[in-house]
Amino acid sequence: MNQPADQLPRADTQRAAGPGDERLADTASIEAASRGRLVLRQFFRRRLAIGGLVTVLLLFAVAYASPHLVTWQYNELDTSSFLSPPTGDHWFGTTQNGFDMFALTMRGMQKSLIIGLLGALLSTALAAVVGAFAGYFGGALNAVLLTFIDLLLVLPSFLIIAILSPTFRGRTWLIFVLLLAAFQWMITARIVRGMTLSLKEREFVLAARFMGVPGWRIIFRHILPNMSSLLIIDATVNVSSLILAEVGLSFFGFGVQPPDVSLGTLIGDYAGAALTYPWEFYFPAGFLVVLVLAINLVGDGLRDAFDPNAGIRTS
Amino acid sequence: MARFLLRRLLYLVVLVIISTSVAYLLAATQLNPRSRYEGRNPAPPPQVVDAALDALNMNDKTPLTTRFGRWVGQLLHGDLGQTIENKPVNDEIGRRMWVSIRLLLIGSILGSLLGVAAGAYGAVKQYRPADHALTIFSFVTLSIPTVVLAVLFKNAGIGLNNLLGFTGSTKLLYTTGEITPGLDVWSWEGLTNRLAHLVLPSLVLTVVAVAFYGRYQRNAMLDVLGSDFLRTAQAKGLRRTRALVKHGLRTALIPMATFFAYEFALLFVGATFTEKIFGWHGMGEYFVDSVTKSDVNSVAGVTLFVAVLVLIAGFLSDVAYAALDPRVRVS
Amino acid sequence: MINAPLLEVTDLSVTFSSDAGPITAVRSLSYHVQPGEVLGIVGESGSGKTVSSLAIMSLLPPSARVSGSVRFRGRELVGQSDKDLSAIRGRKIAMIFQDPLSALTPVYTVGEQIEEAILVHGEQGGGNRTAARERAIELLALVGIPNPRQRADAFPHEFSGGMRQRAMIAMAIANNPDLIIADEPTTALDVTIQAQILDVLRTARQATGAAVILITHDLGVVAGFADRVAVMYAGKLVEAAGVDDLFYHARMPYTLGLLGSIPRLDAGARQPLTPIDGNPPSLVDLPVGCPFVPRCPLRVEKCQEMEPQLLPLAASGPAHAAACHRSDEVERLEMTSADVFPVPAAPAAGEVLAPRSEREILLDVRGLVKEYPIVKGALMRRRTGTVHAVDGITFDVRERETLGLVGESGCGKTTAILEILNLLKPMAGTIVVLGNDTARLTHEERFAIRRNLQVVFQDPMASLDPRLPVGDILAEPMHAHGVAPAARAQRVRELLRLVGLQPEHANRYPQAFSGGQRQRIGIARALALQPKVLVLDEPVSALDVSIRAGVINLLEQLKVALGLSYLFVAHDLSVVRHIADRVAVMYLGRLVEIGDIDEVFDHPAHPYTQALLSAIPLPDPQKERRRKRIVLQGDLPSPADPPSGCHFRTRCQMFAHELDEARRQRCIDESPALIDRTGSQDRLDACHYATQSSVL
Repeated sequence: MNQPADQLPRADTQRAAGPGDERLADTASIEAASRGRLVLRQFFRRRLAIGGLVTVLLLFAVAYASPHLVTWQYNELDTSSFLSPPTGDHWFGTTQNGFDMFALTMRGMQKSLIIGLLGALLSTALAAVVGAFAGYFGGALNAVLLTFIDLLLVLPSFLIIAILSPTFRGRTWLIFVLLLAAFQWMITARIVRGMTLSLKEREFVLAARFMGVPGWRIIFRHILPNMSSLLIIDATVNVSSLILAEVGLSFFGFGVQPPDVSLGTLIGDYAGAALTYPWEFYFPAGFLVVLVLAINLVGDGLRDAFDPNAGIRTS
Repeated sequence: MARFLLRRLLYLVVLVIISTSVAYLLAATQLNPRSRYEGRNPAPPPQVVDAALDALNMNDKTPLTTRFGRWVGQLLHGDLGQTIENKPVNDEIGRRMWVSIRLLLIGSILGSLLGVAAGAYGAVKQYRPADHALTIFSFVTLSIPTVVLAVLFKNAGIGLNNLLGFTGSTKLLYTTGEITPGLDVWSWEGLTNRLAHLVLPSLVLTVVAVAFYGRYQRNAMLDVLGSDFLRTAQAKGLRRTRALVKHGLRTALIPMATFFAYEFALLFVGATFTEKIFGWHGMGEYFVDSVTKSDVNSVAGVTLFVAVLVLIAGFLSDVAYAALDPRVRVS
Repeated sequence: MINAPLLEVTDLSVTFSSDAGPITAVRSLSYHVQPGEVLGIVGESGSGKTVSSLAIMSLLPPSARVSGSVRFRGRELVGQSDKDLSAIRGRKIAMIFQDPLSALTPVYTVGEQIEEAILVHGEQGGGNRTAARERAIELLALVGIPNPRQRADAFPHEFSGGMRQRAMIAMAIANNPDLIIADEPTTALDVTIQAQILDVLRTARQATGAAVILITHDLGVVAGFADRVAVMYAGKLVEAAGVDDLFYHARMPYTLGLLGSIPRLDAGARQPLTPIDGNPPSLVDLPVGCPFVPRCPLRVEKCQEMEPQLLPLAASGPAHAAACHRSDEVERLEMTSADVFPVPAAPAAGEVLAPRSEREILLDVRGLVKEYPIVKGALMRRRTGTVHAVDGITFDVRERETLGLVGESGCGKTTAILEILNLLKPMAGTIVVLGNDTARLTHEERFAIRRNLQVVFQDPMASLDPRLPVGDILAEPMHAHGVAPAARAQRVRELLRLVGLQPEHANRYPQAFSGGQRQRIGIARALALQPKVLVLDEPVSALDVSIRAGVINLLEQLKVALGLSYLFVAHDLSVVRHIADRVAVMYLGRLVEIGDIDEVFDHPAHPYTQALLSAIPLPDPQKERRRKRIVLQGDLPSPADPPSGCHFRTRCQMFAHELDEARRQRCIDESPALIDRTGSQDRLDACHYATQSSVL
């Protein structure tokens, strides 16, 4: 279920320089903008990444706006048309019970989006804090946190969430998001810890330490901001991972519970009908693929934008 | 030295024990095996149900500690208890893990080899059409959930069968199960039949593996391409391609060691979605069934199995790393 | 010119495309190399020296566009196919790179990699494997690697830095090339190892009769090694001459400035260095005219209109050429660097300092010990030993005094200062800071002491948080110690002015400043709370040579103006000579000699100090050639397993050549204590048989 992290991460500050080592690009003009602006400029150079971002925003808009603009809501039955293919009335057709497929798909996408975004935020935040504290303070705290991480890694997340799914039947699906996030953060936490270990010995951190700045402030002021690129990329990857994780769980009935719908429940419910009533399956599946693809494009674009060597990659 | 090995082993064993216990306790408290009997028509009398559940050690009226104690006691004898259908869990796992392996082996090996080659090639021809093709392919494929991919391939297979006229019971490509019942597993007919059953699921796995390995190998290769030792190799007089393959690829394989190790150790764990869609009765199916059927002992058994395999995978990954990277070896 | 040149570079230009626009790293470069001679190419960062050498071998990334001509034995190399060039690379022209760890493939043994160099050029595409192996072992022996047969099966990471570089040289000479290009071969190495490697290069040159292009930023190295020297600036040659001519009769202002800005190891009286203002130019948008104009005191209008060509000087003839419109004038008037560049006045000392013994002790370290456990292995993590990083050192720093703590890598100097800065109870020994014993400090007391003990780090890029504007960086220490915001802002402006920067730049980010400016910001930050003691860890070693002088001068001024004490850690003794009052020499965690700087440098008593001073190349060709050279044998022993008795005995030239059996035994059995032999209580050394001598 857990996707391993992508390429070998690098801290944002480059390695120590020596005489004769100043890079050609280092001679930027004195007007040089802050790094954030530079990154944004790089990002917008990549048309695919922009395409991805636009697509995500569009899907967001459509998912949330459409219920106000269409006639059929996701929980309304049209008793006059069961299993009808796409028509003017029902753009994506209807199901066996008479639900409008378009409304279902949109509602499902809402759910998937929220799960992905909220879960990713929680997961990355948790990974950052745990990893940084473990790496910075070392000692007993580090041992305890690492053991905790190892334990969670060994536990089969799918099973645990599946077993617990009846608990949130009827209650809010937020618990589901919490559970998903709870099993997603560990590998990133390890990476954050590794990077903290190396950043800890960096001279600007040492300087702050020898000034008397307390440890927690060093973590939030110096260490975490300097791995922001890793964290942002991780958050983006987590969005798509979590969406896919939700699909996997809901497919078997363990995730989002009826009467609520998500893209996962839709795919799960209608996978068997793919040959006979294709509109029931391919619309939600298609939207899911487009959504995940768009998010991944954004993530990839961000990764390229943060990596200053991307343009000078040799061959 | 042996002391440290032992300490680490102990740590891992403790982890396994804790995780399995957590799974058991969660399952025992959250799942409801009783519902299996209650749903029947006519409903069996309570004493019968109780007796049946007692035999399986899944009676929710028995205190949790007693049940747990009994389960642990059995475990220490190597017995994982009975499934909810009253078969030994050990046997189920033993049987199913081989089913999973048979399903996954070809696809995984093929996929990894092709993926590594494609990734290396793509990195070398960076930004040219071949690289773009690989990148697009990897990207799109990894964005599609496996379940959707499996359904797509299944439908494509059925469509192909219909197109080519295989509408009867004999098909070109099979989409359900491992073998047509009744055939001898090792006969020529049986083997070709099994192959025909393997094609579609293996394709799914190969495609995913190529996408995954292609992407990561490409990145690892790109990291290596700018390195100094490649320049030295050329400065010595090696032709570019030779330097890339002999020095570059060999070094770029190092970070992939972890992935290979985990993949091959986890072959036994199966592929949940592929098994479900293609109807293979392997570990992946067992995984899910154990929860849907409220099978407490199976949940615990499967957790134990997976935990042990994950740890073996970790160990294998260390070994693979040491084999590939001399910097890591202890002299 | 009777002999045809071996290598002839004509109008070589290399352009890269970058986000900011096309960068022409090398602009119409022309020079030649005769068979068997050593050409030294000197330049700072951005001068294009490395790029030009890579262009000769066509080893640049494909995004580079190369034009011009490179002829090797009359044969054109630019634009050739990879196949044709591969036949020449490693066979006729060989290259040695700067960082041997990253330049060797980590997954193959050293022996295999040397064999590969041989086999790749074998006749009929493949030679005898056994013969190649024998030759590889032979080469390893030639470059001075002990136990070559066993070491050939070791991996690169198992070698020390010096050994790795020897292996690289072995690989380069495997096929008896005609030309060896050495790109900063010793920059990453310690000074005593550098001396060894330069010797190996000499051996290699003898064995093959090859010509050598030695590329470096270190003028001292070039002085002792090269026959001819070419100086590069902003992608072009600005001066080329025989080595003596260049050092004693330089005619281009940049060369003069460079020579004047280097601190000299043998300089007696301490004078401010001549800094060259400004920074090396950005190659993105080079203005018309001479690229040195913004920094040149001799500039005239003509310099801004037209870039000078590299032309032979009127008087000296074709052997000496310079690219300056006024070089003939410089020659006629025989101007020196002091004539061309204004030398800043020495900072007035103010009151006369009290003798040392009467001044307050600010930092008192006795018997300091620090050890680390070594944990190895991925499969099983186990403790394989202990690194004795600091093995009992004793020194003190008094008011208004600068102590230079010198030594090579692994000697423990950085560990020692980190221990001091931590202000915790040390593993053994005592540290007393401003009268407070660190072993008995409460958290509040420690916090209070930090005001008076600040630090400046080595790497200007890594010592400032790139995410914060400079104003915030400077304010951070004040923020931590409770200074009010208004006072903070005021002080930030003061500090920027103090180090020669403009207060208006406080809201810019570190990336907007050059290396030298960033280091100034680091210094300003350390001064924010008006400390008494400043600990400096190699503050100028990461800076370009022409920038160092400015920062060194600044440190001098501040020391006098603010009455500071410095604990100055460095491996560059010339810098230490220039700024320190006293010096302490460390080797493998122990102090071997300590005393007044002039006394120690002029008359070192400990054999290691003597070897260290002898190994440092002087930017003075005649002196270099005439010097008695002490080259240490072997590598630094592992700090986890130091030799018994005197740590230095395994490499000691005295032990090896001058002592008899009985006296050697004493070195093996007995650890020499740091003893005061002259009775002044300020000059101590740790050698049983110390004899003062002069090596400069």
